[in-house]
Amino acid sequence: MKDDKKIIKKGVSRRGFLKGAGLTTAGTIVLQTGVLAKTKENSVQSKTVGPGPVNVEMNVNGKTRSLTIEPRSTLAQALRDEIQLTGTKMVCDRGACSACTVWVDDIPVNACMTFAMDVGDRKVVTIEGLAENGKLHPIQEAFIDHDATQCGYCTPGMIMSTAHLLKENPNPTLEDVKHATRGNYCRCGTYPHVFKATLAAAKKIK
Amino acid sequence: MDTKKIKMPYGISEDAITEVEREVPLNEPDAWPVNEKLKHVGKRVKRLDAYAKVTGEARYTSDIQLSGMLIGKMLISAHPNAKIRSIDTSAAEKLPGVYAVHVIKNEEEEAYPVVRYAGQPIAAAAAVTEAVAEEAVRLIKVDYDTRPFVVDIEKAMDPEAPVVYEAPVEQKASEGGEEIESGLKLTGNVRGPNEGRPRGELTSGFAEADIVVENTYRTQVQTHNALESHGMIVDWKPDGVTIYASTQGTQGVRNEFADLFDLPRSKVRVLVEFMGGGFGAKHGLGTHGAAAGHLAKKTGRPVKMMATRKEEQISQGNRPNSIHHLKVGVKKSGELTAIEQKSYGTAGVGLGAGVGGVAQSMYTCPNFKTAQYDVFTHAGPGAAWRAPGAVQGIFGLEQMMDELAEKIGIDPLAFRDKVDPSRVRKAGRKVGAERMDWSRRKPTGSDPGIIKKGIGMAQSSWWRIHSINATAEVKIFKDGAIEVRSGVQDIGTGTKTILAQVVAEEFGLEPEDIMVRIGDTLFPDAPGSGGSQVTASITPAARNAAYQAKLKLFNMVASNLETDVSDLKAADGYIFSSKDETKKMTFKEALKSMPVSQITATESRTKEYDGDYLHWDLGAVQFVELSVDTETGFIKIDKVVAAHSCGRPINITQLESQINGGIIQGISYAIYEDRILDRNTGHMVNHTLDTYKVPYAMDIPEIDIALMEDYNAKSSTDAYGIGEPSNIATAAAIANAVYNAIGVRIKEIPITPAKVLEALNKA
Repeated sequence: MKDDKKIIKKGVSRRGFLKGAGLTTAGTIVLQTGVLAKTKENSVQSKTVGPGPVNVEMNVNGKTRSLTIEPRSTLAQALRDEIQLTGTKMVCDRGACSACTVWVDDIPVNACMTFAMDVGDRKVVTIEGLAENGKLHPIQEAFIDHDATQCGYCTPGMIMSTAHLLKENPNPTLEDVKHATRGNYCRCGTYPHVFKATLAAAKKIK
Repeated sequence: MDTKKIKMPYGISEDAITEVEREVPLNEPDAWPVNEKLKHVGKRVKRLDAYAKVTGEARYTSDIQLSGMLIGKMLISAHPNAKIRSIDTSAAEKLPGVYAVHVIKNEEEEAYPVVRYAGQPIAAAAAVTEAVAEEAVRLIKVDYDTRPFVVDIEKAMDPEAPVVYEAPVEQKASEGGEEIESGLKLTGNVRGPNEGRPRGELTSGFAEADIVVENTYRTQVQTHNALESHGMIVDWKPDGVTIYASTQGTQGVRNEFADLFDLPRSKVRVLVEFMGGGFGAKHGLGTHGAAAGHLAKKTGRPVKMMATRKEEQISQGNRPNSIHHLKVGVKKSGELTAIEQKSYGTAGVGLGAGVGGVAQSMYTCPNFKTAQYDVFTHAGPGAAWRAPGAVQGIFGLEQMMDELAEKIGIDPLAFRDKVDPSRVRKAGRKVGAERMDWSRRKPTGSDPGIIKKGIGMAQSSWWRIHSINATAEVKIFKDGAIEVRSGVQDIGTGTKTILAQVVAEEFGLEPEDIMVRIGDTLFPDAPGSGGSQVTASITPAARNAAYQAKLKLFNMVASNLETDVSDLKAADGYIFSSKDETKKMTFKEALKSMPVSQITATESRTKEYDGDYLHWDLGAVQFVELSVDTETGFIKIDKVVAAHSCGRPINITQLESQINGGIIQGISYAIYEDRILDRNTGHMVNHTLDTYKVPYAMDIPEIDIALMEDYNAKSSTDAYGIGEPSNIATAAAIANAVYNAIGVRIKEIPITPAKVLEALNKA
């Protein structure tokens, strides 16, 4: 947290802002900022890099991927543009809609508010990595069963938020589900079916 | 045309269903019975493309990357009213990584267009990356000759106000958009009036009234705010152009692109497999599609241009606001005697800011007159937005109806029973009132305590819009595969799934057996998703095509089964003789025995069986229960009950999804969202998603939907849309419920906490 304070003192640079706010997604862990700001061995903290592209390795959905990215790339840009994992959606690009929610070391974060280079050796899970060996996650099945998609653009973010909720809280109430998805914006209005699907998936997992 | 007479179901499930005889084209199938007797139609069939959506596999336009693709970015105007003296693109063009710069010019005179709003597209650059394209745009120098401007509707109506257009303007409506009357007078910024179809005589009408009520209602500008922004990828190859478009209408994009670049339509292919939200604004080529076309033509490389969130909010469409005056006369007996309506609305630099025809058509009233004016302002153009006009119109009309009911001392539902000729709304009022338990509704303003509960209702109408320009092709392959193809698109409404249901029903197969290929202009034309016309248009075409393909198959296998073709039926995976059910074979066996590799049939929607074209009777009744905190002014919507009709429902779950969406957008319109323009700079101040207030999960109430089956015997599926009907009544129902809670009527949306407190203080 000390690191964060330093950065905030400098004013609201994008980098500082991103570091502070990168984990404020989906409502689940709203106060746990600064997780990515802690130094990890593999994250590029001490030496100067950029502005040109640099090579980094990133563990995405259980595989180590080599990426060539500009240091200013967000995690969302890196996933979408560099390794074509376009399930992670970019909508507001400022942490207001959670369409880009992915998990970093099992914590849901806004990928648009997280620098790719800050991921270091943490494990990234995207919507494409949620199914295991071709078997859908119960939340994904429930979204199909209860028609929790319309246009589908918010769906990956909704699923990453609700799947994380079920991990933390296997017996959620409706209020818990609303809380977990309170940062996820859906213009089509799929919310009622998202709530239904999440509660149904929780029952099924039991 | 050869015809036959068939019997068809007719009536409303909540009322009574009888039969009616219709003369229909000979090549169309006999009528389906009511949904209860069908296997897939009218059922809760799972959305076919949900798997792709929940796994992240679904590729939207914004996700597509083509080899060698450039990214385009737009330069938008910094000023709301200006003439451009010059544009210098040299620095942008020299920037490494930039392939081309396109400056928007008026087609005929090759001049820079006049800048009429802050955020108007001016030029575009295509470069190797988004960052380089953004830098290129920053390097374009524009020399503006700035002029005075006006963004406020009431200021714009002042004869002294700066004018947006010097001469009268004509514009065409977008698909499903508010109809735009041509040839209307322009005085300053005020265009009109559009006088609709007046009837009777107002003076005598008001003279007959026991009570006359006059009010002004105001609605705000709302932006569409779809998650995926407007945009296209144009891949211009010598033998033809392929366009990946985030669009509500493949055909419209193709036609506009072909016209703009003087290409035959056969050389332009438009694709949209997944689309991230439209709500009315995504018709036609648009600013970004056109720019991508120019840049692709110049560079010979695919160019992707997606609007930024800011551009999306400013230049890509909005619902016009309204200042809506209503004067209505009523007799104590509950008869309406006269309705006088006058409205002003601004669609910025665009047209289509009327309040629709709801006051004219919904209720029985012999004397009616309207005058609807468009007011130009220096703001981004409006666009169709889920039931254009009707949403604004109903907000005023349904509050007025409530007020009239109160003045003559009868219940709002009983009053509507007297003046509303619609059978379907009558059924809707009954079922809705039961589900909301209307009898709990307390006298207005009588709830004690700080948090006051209120219950209100409002109703609406929408047209049965359909297009005969809707064609589907059905293919049956020897190996058992079935495919339905059409240029129609699925914008999240579930079109793919309902097509599979309809075709499966006709063949006696399962919806999962049907491969639906749509969203591609290589396939037969179909209308854009506007006016809630897609289901009404394309499902009969698909059923007719499946029926014809089935007849061809029957002809091929009848001799194997030693029966007459006319005796053959298809159901439950079998083809059998209706006279002797031992004579049967599986559908798959039948296909295997075909002497050809495939059968195809292509059929279209025909006109309504009863000769009608636009019928104004897709009725809805919505009820709202809410709580108003009289200390903070906050409104919490507790419950919504919605009774809807859309002809024969095809997919119950998907219809519920869409109705949920219409209601939630209605809640948003009623109490949250508002586009705010800075009157000193002309810029939108709340263009980001965190500043443009919309409801999120915590704000979503319980929604209870009563879907009525409403058989009208008008086509081979007798199905209609729900997109627009679901969005119309909500805001008025909320306003009526707020009144019931606090005893003060708030006639302007959004009903923010500040407005609630202000109203309470005045009361």
